[in-house]
This record gives sequence, structure tokens and C-alpha cells, in this order.
Amino acid sequence: MSRISMDEVKHVANLARLAITEEEAGKFQKQLDEMISFAEQLNELDTENVAPTSHVLDMKNVMREDVSKKGLPVEEVLKNAPDSTEDGHIRVPSILE
Amino acid sequence: MSLFEQSISELHKQLHNKEITVTDLVHESYTRINEVEDKVKAFLTLDEENARKKAKQLDESVTEENSGNVLFGMPIGVKDNIVTKNLRTTCGSKILENFDPIYDATVVQKLQQAETITIGKLNMDEFAMGSSNENSAYQATRNPWNLDHVPGGSSGGSAAAVAAGEVPFSLGSDTGGSIRQPAAYCGVVGLKPTYGRVSRFGLVAFASSLDQIGPVTRTVEDNAYLLQAISGVDPMDSTSANVNVPNFLSALTGDVKGLKIAVPKEYLGAGVSEEARKSVLDALKVLEQLGAEWEEVSLPHSRYALAAYYLLSSSEASANLSRFDGVRYGYRTDNADNLLEMYKQTRAEGFGDEVKRRIMLGTFSLSSGYYDAYYKKAQKVRTLIKQDFDDVFKKYDVIIGPTTPTHAFKIGEKIDDPLTMYANDILTIPVNLAGVPGISVPCGFSKEGLPLGLQIIGKHFDESTVYRTAHAFEQATAYHKQFPTL
Repeated sequence: MSRISMDEVKHVANLARLAITEEEAGKFQKQLDEMISFAEQLNELDTENVAPTSHVLDMKNVMREDVSKKGLPVEEVLKNAPDSTEDGHIRVPSILE
Repeated sequence: MSLFEQSISELHKQLHNKEITVTDLVHESYTRINEVEDKVKAFLTLDEENARKKAKQLDESVTEENSGNVLFGMPIGVKDNIVTKNLRTTCGSKILENFDPIYDATVVQKLQQAETITIGKLNMDEFAMGSSNENSAYQATRNPWNLDHVPGGSSGGSAAAVAAGEVPFSLGSDTGGSIRQPAAYCGVVGLKPTYGRVSRFGLVAFASSLDQIGPVTRTVEDNAYLLQAISGVDPMDSTSANVNVPNFLSALTGDVKGLKIAVPKEYLGAGVSEEARKSVLDALKVLEQLGAEWEEVSLPHSRYALAAYYLLSSSEASANLSRFDGVRYGYRTDNADNLLEMYKQTRAEGFGDEVKRRIMLGTFSLSSGYYDAYYKKAQKVRTLIKQDFDDVFKKYDVIIGPTTPTHAFKIGEKIDDPLTMYANDILTIPVNLAGVPGISVPCGFSKEGLPLGLQIIGKHFDESTVYRTAHAFEQATAYHKQFPTL
């Protein structure tokens, strides 16, 4: 039995903001199932009393002085935007119907 | 003979004695690229006009004062996930096909301070996800030792360009072996520094808790020179470590008397080819003759590293790559009427299969109901893997094993089977999970004439001992003096 259903694959694709075809959903279902089964070998280990590691160095929040600095020039920031307006805005397709 | 069969310090000496000029070095680089690039396909973008201009400027500014800077005027290649101002940076992805960065990565600024000359940007698996460079949206780089074989990945362009003599050295990045594995496959030297040693500012993030930039070079000495130039804490990267940067060159003494080497039995076990095993045992004999001692040890959680790595790196990638949404930079689809469809369609058209697969796996393991069972579990296993290393390093100075289980595989051999492809990184991945430094140095050739790599792993921030061991081994052998015929 598969560990992940077609509906779940489509749900995950939606969360990830990826459009997928029916055919791709089938392929991902098979591949994700293989990877998840592979990952389940971690369950052989008892990690009840083990703390998770998110960062390997013994560092805590790194702070800097809160001083304002000049940001990047607007024209530079817009240089790589696929669609922008002359008055310095990024244009996107309609958000509300 | 390519000028770049010599080490950086040899080239520097000739530059200093006015036997060659910076213009000659840059010219040599582009001449070699013209000769071999159609076979090797290491570069995605060249910066010839600027490089030649810079060379001329440097030639006019040669003085006694900069004669101490060994990197002065040296041509370098930069992996295409390190941003370079006004020089196209694609990450090997269609989604960044026309991306023109507006700032330089910290390492690139440091290279400029050292007055190296950027020749161009090097090919890679898309967003550094892959072990063969076959996942590049643009081209498959080939192994200079045998063009039917992969150069490794994801820094395949960085390793192939150095092996082919197109540049004397390059920068790569390593998340699960992406510097060391291609270095091993291409017969060059590649180091993944300790996590935090080198600033990641301007490195397009794949898995932020694992990524490190590092040098790919012909020799260990060259490697130390380049690491020296790019190391250090950076206010722009809060994960860069505020620790002393030692003089790495002074570690290259050739003396390994009394050095305590641990050899994990897991690194010579199942899946490791007889050739790779033998090359490591031969290397240990060489080090023994130089006065080092070795013993077999165990890193008992090694076999769980691959699964933990793929969950953690894919989870981090799924978050990092959410920035590619067709709004501020990069590709945007023409086929969408509203914002949500635009996001989805842009990403569907802009990303390749492997990147999508990992975004899917990462999103799944971070999603509600699965987070504890997958992501958090993997983080706990990461702790166990790190403890394995901590325990061994209480008694030993370095850990040694093969860099990869086999020599470079053939192009097309593994591309349709993700899990087999991933297994190729089984010996390099634990090093990233533990955050320790690791180097690959050439240690022999397979029967088919493809290079094999020796991996030397050190304690946190102890690149010096890693370099000392690698250098002593290199100087006692002649593998680094062999070059592919192209």
C-alpha cells in the first residue's frame, strides 16, 4: 500500500505552489512513496530523549546594533523584476477576482 | 602544457620574476577554454572582456607591495550559485535564466580584495541538487578524464574546469558532498570548510544549515591559499562563526608523526568498491610510513545519515526556494490570469524534475501531521550522527575514508533512479550533518583510469590538521601530478 495518496500529493503540490499534471502527480506519488519508505528506517532508532539539532555550532541569537542603513536603489531592485511600473512598483496579475 | 599544471605559488613566482604577466594568465585561461570547452562544458557564462581589462590594470599596478599576495592576478572560476554583480547567475536553473545580481557575494568581494580575476561562472546541478551535473537546465558537464562519465556534482563545473586546466582554481559549494565528490571524480582537491568558517552571504541557499562555500584546486597548498582568502566572520551572515582564522599555510609542515587517524568500518563496508577500499588502505600505509597511526573505529549511525539528510535538506530547500515566485526576479509564466496561478505555473515551468521532487518531499515532511514523524525525527537523528563524530574526535585527530564508494559513473546511468543517485553521497553527507570540515585529495585511479579520492575529516574549525594530513599524503604521492588528456 502506498504511504501517500494521489490526493495528498496534490495537496502537497498546492502547499508548495507547484502546478502539476495528473501524470506528474502519479510519478511523484511513486517517488515520494519510495523516499518516505526509505526515510522510515529512522524509526529503528529510539530518539525519545535526544534533542533535535537545527544548528551545529554553539551559537545563540546573533545581534547587531539597530542602526538604519541606506537600502538598495529602487531601479536596481526592479532591474530583475519580470514586470514593473515606471513609478517604482512591481506589477503582478490580479489578486482578487 | 597548460600553465595551470603548475601550482598557484609557482605561477606567482613567475609573475613576480616578470616571466609571465597577469594578461598571460588570463589569456591562457580563455585559450584553454576555447580548446577544450566544447568537450568539457564546464562554464555557463564567461566574463572575458572584463577579465582581460582587469588583467591589464593589474599588470600596470604590479609593485613590490603586492608581491606578497600569492593570489594576485590569478584567474578563478566561480560556481553559478554564488552571486556576482552584473554577471549572470543562474544556479543552473531556467527560473534564473536572465538573473543579473545587484551585489557581490562576500566571498566574491574577498576575491576582489585578493585581486583574483573572475573568468566565468561554472555549471552545476540545478540549485545544487544532484551528484552528476545532469540536473543542470543548460548542459551536462563531462569528466575530463573520460568524457562518457559524469564530473560529479553539484559543483561539477568547478571540479571539471580545474581538472581540464581551464582555470587554476575555483569556488564550489557543498551541502552533502557537492565539493568533495566532484573533486574526487575529477582528480582534484576540494574542501568543505567547517560550517560557519566561510560567509554564505550571496550563496543562493539550498539547505541553510548545511551549505558551505569552499575551494577546488590542484594542490592542497593552493587550497589553503584560497580558504585563507575567503574565511572569516561576516556581519551579513549571522551563522558565520566569530572564531580565529589561523594561518592555514603554516600547517603544511609535511609532519604527521604521532597523528592519530580513525578509520570508520562503516566507510569501508558494503557498497564501497574494492578499488576505492584498496586505495584508502594504500593511503593509510603511506601515512603510517610518515609516522601516523591508524585504528578502526565505528560511527554507528552512519547508515541513517542519508535518510536524515534528504528529509532535512529537502525541508530547508522547500522553504528557501519559495522565494522563486515570479514576482521580484527570475522567470514568470505568461500562462496565468491571477496571482495564485501565476505562482504555480511559474514554478512548474521554471524548476526541473529533481528540484520539484525535493520541494515536494520537503513540503510533505514539514506539513501538518507529518512534521514530528519526519522533520523532527531527522533532526534528532542528526544529533546522534554529530555525537558519533564528537566521540571519535575525543581520541583521534582526523577521520579517513574514501570520498565516494566508486569512481565516476557514466552519464545517464543513474538519472532515472533518485535513491541510487543519492546513495553515491553516503560517505560525504554525515560530514555536513555534523558541520565538521572535510577534504578530498586524489589517492589513485580505477582500472578504467578514473580518479579516486581520499576523504580526510577534521574537528570543528580544525582545517589546519586536515590540510596538514592531506598535504603530507599528497607530497608523498604523485597523483596530483597527473593530468587528463583532452
